Amino acid sequence: MADVTLTINGRQTSVAQGSTILDAARKMGIFIPTLCHDPELSTVGSCRMCVVDVKGARSLVISCATAAAGGMVVETESPAVMEARKTIIELLLANHPQDCLTCGKNGDCRLQDYAYLYGVRGSNLTGAVHQYDLETDNPFIVRDMNKCILCGKCVRMCAEIQGDSVVDFTCRGFNTKVAPAMDTTLAGSECVFCGNCAAVCPTGALQEKGLRSSARTWEVKKVRTTCPYCGTGCSLDLNVRDGKVVGVTSCDGDVNGRALCVKGRFGYGFIHHPDRLKSPLIKKDGQFVEATWDEALGLAARKLGSIRNQYGSDSIGVLSSARCTNEENYLLSKLTRAVIGTNNIDHCARL
Amino acid sequence: MTNPIRDIAGADFIFAIGTNTTESHPIIGLQVKKAVRGGATLAVADPRRTGVAELAKYHLQIKSGSDIALLNGMANVIISEDLYNKEFVASRTEDFEAFKAAVVKYTPEYVEGITGIDPETLRQVARGYARAKNGTILYTMGITQHICGTHNVLAVANLAMLCGHIGKEFSGVNPLRGQNNVQGACDMGALPGVITGYQGVGLDEVRAKFASAWSVEQLPAKVGLTVGEIVEGASHGNIKGMYIMGENPVLSDPDAGHVVHALENLDFLVVQDIFLTETAQLADVVLPGASFAEKDGTFSNTERRVQRIRKAVNPVGKARADWEIICGLATAMGYPMDYGSPADIMKEIASLTPSYAGISYDRLEQGSIHWPCPTADHPGTPVLHAGKFSRGLGKFSPVEYVSPDEMPDQQYPLILSTGRRYYHYHTGTMTQRTGSLEVHYGQESLEINPSDAQNLGIGQGDEVRVSSRRGSVVLKACITDVVPPGLVFTSFHFPAVPINRLTNPARDAIAKIPELKVCAVKVESA
Amino acid sequence: MANVTLTINGIKVIVSKGTTVLDAAARAGFFIPTFCHDPEIPRFGACRICVVEIAGMRNLPASCVTEATEGMVVNTESPAVAEARKTILEMLLANHPQDCLTCEKNGDCRLQDYSFRYGVKGPGFEGKRHEYPLDDSNPYIVRDMNKCILCGRCARTCAQVEGRAVIDFTYRGFDTKIAPPMDTTLAESDCVYCGRCLAVCPVGALTYKRMAGKGRAWEIEKKPVTCTFCDSGCLFDLNIKDGKVIGVTAGSPGQGRPLCLKGRLGLELLYCDDPADPQMKRDGEFVKVSWSDALGLDGVLDKIRKIEGK
Repeated sequence: MADVTLTINGRQTSVAQGSTILDAARKMGIFIPTLCHDPELSTVGSCRMCVVDVKGARSLVISCATAAAGGMVVETESPAVMEARKTIIELLLANHPQDCLTCGKNGDCRLQDYAYLYGVRGSNLTGAVHQYDLETDNPFIVRDMNKCILCGKCVRMCAEIQGDSVVDFTCRGFNTKVAPAMDTTLAGSECVFCGNCAAVCPTGALQEKGLRSSARTWEVKKVRTTCPYCGTGCSLDLNVRDGKVVGVTSCDGDVNGRALCVKGRFGYGFIHHPDRLKSPLIKKDGQFVEATWDEALGLAARKLGSIRNQYGSDSIGVLSSARCTNEENYLLSKLTRAVIGTNNIDHCARL
Repeated sequence: MTNPIRDIAGADFIFAIGTNTTESHPIIGLQVKKAVRGGATLAVADPRRTGVAELAKYHLQIKSGSDIALLNGMANVIISEDLYNKEFVASRTEDFEAFKAAVVKYTPEYVEGITGIDPETLRQVARGYARAKNGTILYTMGITQHICGTHNVLAVANLAMLCGHIGKEFSGVNPLRGQNNVQGACDMGALPGVITGYQGVGLDEVRAKFASAWSVEQLPAKVGLTVGEIVEGASHGNIKGMYIMGENPVLSDPDAGHVVHALENLDFLVVQDIFLTETAQLADVVLPGASFAEKDGTFSNTERRVQRIRKAVNPVGKARADWEIICGLATAMGYPMDYGSPADIMKEIASLTPSYAGISYDRLEQGSIHWPCPTADHPGTPVLHAGKFSRGLGKFSPVEYVSPDEMPDQQYPLILSTGRRYYHYHTGTMTQRTGSLEVHYGQESLEINPSDAQNLGIGQGDEVRVSSRRGSVVLKACITDVVPPGLVFTSFHFPAVPINRLTNPARDAIAKIPELKVCAVKVESA
Repeated sequence: MANVTLTINGIKVIVSKGTTVLDAAARAGFFIPTFCHDPEIPRFGACRICVVEIAGMRNLPASCVTEATEGMVVNTESPAVAEARKTILEMLLANHPQDCLTCEKNGDCRLQDYSFRYGVKGPGFEGKRHEYPLDDSNPYIVRDMNKCILCGRCARTCAQVEGRAVIDFTYRGFDTKIAPPMDTTLAESDCVYCGRCLAVCPVGALTYKRMAGKGRAWEIEKKPVTCTFCDSGCLFDLNIKDGKVIGVTAGSPGQGRPLCLKGRLGLELLYCDDPADPQMKRDGEFVKVSWSDALGLDGVLDKIRKIEGK
């Protein structure tokens, strides 16, 4: 494809025809703030945060939806651009709760990032402020439509990646709101609580209930791993605080991109469930009693050894696990074949 | 899977048989939806009107267990209308004539008698798949959990070869595997007949290689027993001791009452798990293992992609990573087993397994790898059978329809099928303890068609007793036309509804998979 | 020294006599929130956020000033304790700006931490609020007394340096305020901008001007360095964002550690990728000066040039 050459902030660059100004700027390492833009979703150009100054253009243009053209001269931080961005932020803040103090997204919020970046300390504009009820009637996602900036990323995520189109814009003007059909709660809709909407929400409007109430964004360490449920093998980030898994967030997985299902994103609670086995157990007189590892492994080794010696290796059966790692399945196969001396090993591949 | 998951979105015809993809494999379901949004044709064969069936252009609501008739019927149409890929059949396959002869009798009209599918619909689906530029077939346990499960899979493979929809992008024969590492457990030789990478225990050179690597004089040559046979052996007293790691056969295996009896009959049972499962409760010794978040390792997903898992937190209490426990037990049995880390174990696996030979933790840090990956500089193999099948020529295997082992009769007039729910997983050991999933979906119910419910005098939400020749459970009725008349359905996720007390342990003669999708039951108000 | 055994949240803890309940709890792994407590300057007991329930005591004592005694039974998170802490937080928030949005201390603020921990979403009370002007009078320390919670740590750490004590409590009641003598700005005071007060302020009342707007707390990684300009061995933190050192802040303000401005500026010059110009007071006014001037190196540099020129 043909390239076009344009100038951004005084530097020339060449990009493929059809690239947007935003693409070109990012390629050059120039930061342009965005709220509604997402490279994986369709472009709507609604938030206007990404406006830039293009020489000769009648007004500021949105860089996410304007194709770079040959000879274009772009300024990404001209006084007019800065003024426009500040005003957009002020307008958003005029109808946005100032509760970063305890907001679960504090520290991972684009509105906050840009307010800080452009030094917008609040809004001088006073007007009507939404007073929507907090939606907490499901165990997965907390919806606070007072914090929604109507970027529509959740709408597009639900339609274009999740393919369910559960939420969309409803009503008009100041009353515009993202909602399921008939403005029900998510629990009252066809929502399957994959949480992919929360994963793309730039503010605190959609929050993972468990994660955002148990840790601040800066307190968690993210550990990339693979989902333990079905065989799809989605990548995800475990969010760890003080030695505990407090939540799951999306990463860019080889299989799944940012998409997860309800089990992958919200099914982590078993890890620290009080029912977890915390000690080896030996059954004595029909009751389990706690034992040391030496006692338990010693007993298991003695018993399996004596059955092998008395009845032969093939009198022992081993069930390995489709839940455990490759390394563990390999070692159990090795133990079964080399130590016990039988091929009686199988797992629930058939179930 | 012969093809990677992302290929599904690129297919222009998707034939999904025995898979409720959007519910059991939601993220793979996203690829199906994407393909449909892009204009691909989706045909779903399933006795239930599942979520994915709702998305389909064609829902072939076949009678339970009639898959072979359907698949052979499609082949019949494709051959009789001369739509098959002659070049592919000629150059890449063998035994076509035998197959052609076998499907002659499966005319759409004959097939209708078995499957209940209208002949014209069958023709349309067959033509659609045959004419597609890229047709892909997805299946799961809806076709495998039958006494003819292996034949069902062969019938699928026949169809793919007939149309040349294999060995290229956006096509293939794609079993979607149900558990995170069921592929890996098979790859690693947690099977009675093969060691790692499907190297047969019957081959002298294989045993010699492993015996030498594992420093033992010899390894057993006789193929071992499968899960069902081990349990059967235990009930007869031939199996005296068992070691069960991370499995819950008491809830997951068919005829659960019999499984409990068999395990109780053992002289000694060791169970290693993260919870005191229904199976662990029967053990003499319980060893606390680590969850996926508490250890390092690798899983191999359904598309043969090997990926890392990483330790995020320490194991709870005195629990240990399962690989450490196995090492400890082997050492206690007089066979010192000592590894510094799972990375070292993978080194050993790679050295003994041609398909994993090029895989190492260093490479996995850079990204996941599809096996076969024979060398350290091999990029991995996302698409299997490109240019050549692993056995050389693709073999057509003629298969005949057989009816399920246990069909409804006067006493047990309905068919019970079991499966999975979106919000839960397997025997519920994990998903019943998350603080969220079980809160949202806290109770299991029995799907029953309105006409059956009316005949039985059952109302929505009524407690019903569902019984087979082997056992019975009580649960709430969910009256829905998701199931056709004559079929009832529920999941095996809820310990309170141990549905596998009812299921039929009759097994496929080759793969030994039980017929969990069909057994005869009766339903009455409880 | 003799030991005492006490029970904290059901767990037996043995500590040496004289240990506070706060320290004993910390040793047992129990977190107790504090505002005014400073391990370097113990026993103040003003903020009351560290209250605990002790069996047999008439009311909730402050754990930072209560010594552990034999047989004491302590509960650090009883309903009464949680209730007291919530009320304290609500009262503090009733007179504290809600501007975490752009506050430089967002992400490193105890008032915020504890509000989140105890689910206090805002002030529970309506009342008068301070409307002090920002003390932006000098190039180093920004004082926003609207955010001050009067824990007094800044005043106490300032007084720790011989002959310093530049700031202290002034006025009474609602008007109580930390200020230099005569309630002047810092620029007009004897402040030497060592930054001890910045290092101990638990909220956003005192912030470092040279890092204003350069990054949020969670974006910044701190790496300790020891100053080598004199033999006091003061500890400073390099503040690193996106791999770049964006500032140097006073670290541990221990006894006998002057944490002087010159030391900090020297480290900024040494480590910062893009150090801001130094400013010094000349005739009572802050003016930009050269680095050699700020660090008092003019004579040294002349001599080096002379020697190396030979």
